[in-house]
Amino acid sequence: MKILVNGAWRETDASDLAAALTALGYGEAVVATALNGEFVPTGSRADARLIDGDRLEVLAPMQGG
Amino acid sequence: MLKLYETELRSRLLLGTSRYPSPAVLTEAVKASRAEVVTVSLRRESSGERAGQGFWGIIRELGVRVLPNTAGCHSVKEALTTAQMAREVFGTSWIKLEVIGEDDTLQPDVFGLVEAARILSAEGFEVFPYTTEDLVVADKLLEAGCRVLMPWGAPIGSARGLNNLFGLQALRAHFPQVPLIIDAGIGVPSHAAQAMELGFDAVLINTAVAQATHPAQMAAAFAQAVEAGRAAHLAGPMEPRDMAAPSTPPIGKAFLG
Repeated sequence: MKILVNGAWRETDASDLAAALTALGYGEAVVATALNGEFVPTGSRADARLIDGDRLEVLAPMQGG
Repeated sequence: MLKLYETELRSRLLLGTSRYPSPAVLTEAVKASRAEVVTVSLRRESSGERAGQGFWGIIRELGVRVLPNTAGCHSVKEALTTAQMAREVFGTSWIKLEVIGEDDTLQPDVFGLVEAARILSAEGFEVFPYTTEDLVVADKLLEAGCRVLMPWGAPIGSARGLNNLFGLQALRAHFPQVPLIIDAGIGVPSHAAQAMELGFDAVLINTAVAQATHPAQMAAAFAQAVEAGRAAHLAGPMEPRDMAAPSTPPIGKAFLG
């Protein structure tokens, strides 16, 4: 299936968010996730099921004012 | 000591981490500013470049407290989700709440701001709202649960200083017990000193340091200005007057005409 990851379509077989992050190469990176605009805490990623067309945001610390 | 929520700080200068020419310059500037709090943000992370991981390593090494922002958020929903994500990533309940209402001035949408502040305060966040000098909005933010306010001096990145001096003085006078941090628009150390002389509790600077020719030197200059302004406030500045008042006593002056 295809999901939109940070604005770009990516192909994935992962059925949940935790598996998708690993498959997408985020590994142990410090990131926060939102699925279809809703925050998904780290502890809930394995329970967040993915379906075709889902919109995933993967955010990390960045410079800010 | 400056007390923001339950945290006591020695430095009254908060520093932004954006727009520096390099990570090394950012590090030098933070050290030179002696800031104990820096602002940070969240942005999309590429699994290949992992730019955010490197940045986060630099900040952790500096050993400073972070104040995450919701910069760029134009709706309450966006701001709420960003705040939740920031709390997890940065491990702090502090959030500099920005809900932008107008793109040219980056003026806060104060209606959305109050709404988001209420929800986040109820969820246990310690909210630092980026607001205007409007007294009624300030009152609503305090009622919503905020215990710190961050009024703008001038539009973000404009270097215009304290645009509405009367409004800011009224805000200070109206809420004498609330920590007020001037956020945005400060361009040079004299602006920061002026804010502190007027009795504001702290200032947040970013672009004025980051875009200076020598950011670390400018950071040190701001640190001195903030300290001088604070000391002047505590010393009790004299009242301005319209006419001259001779500083040398006229009594005893020789008649030589």
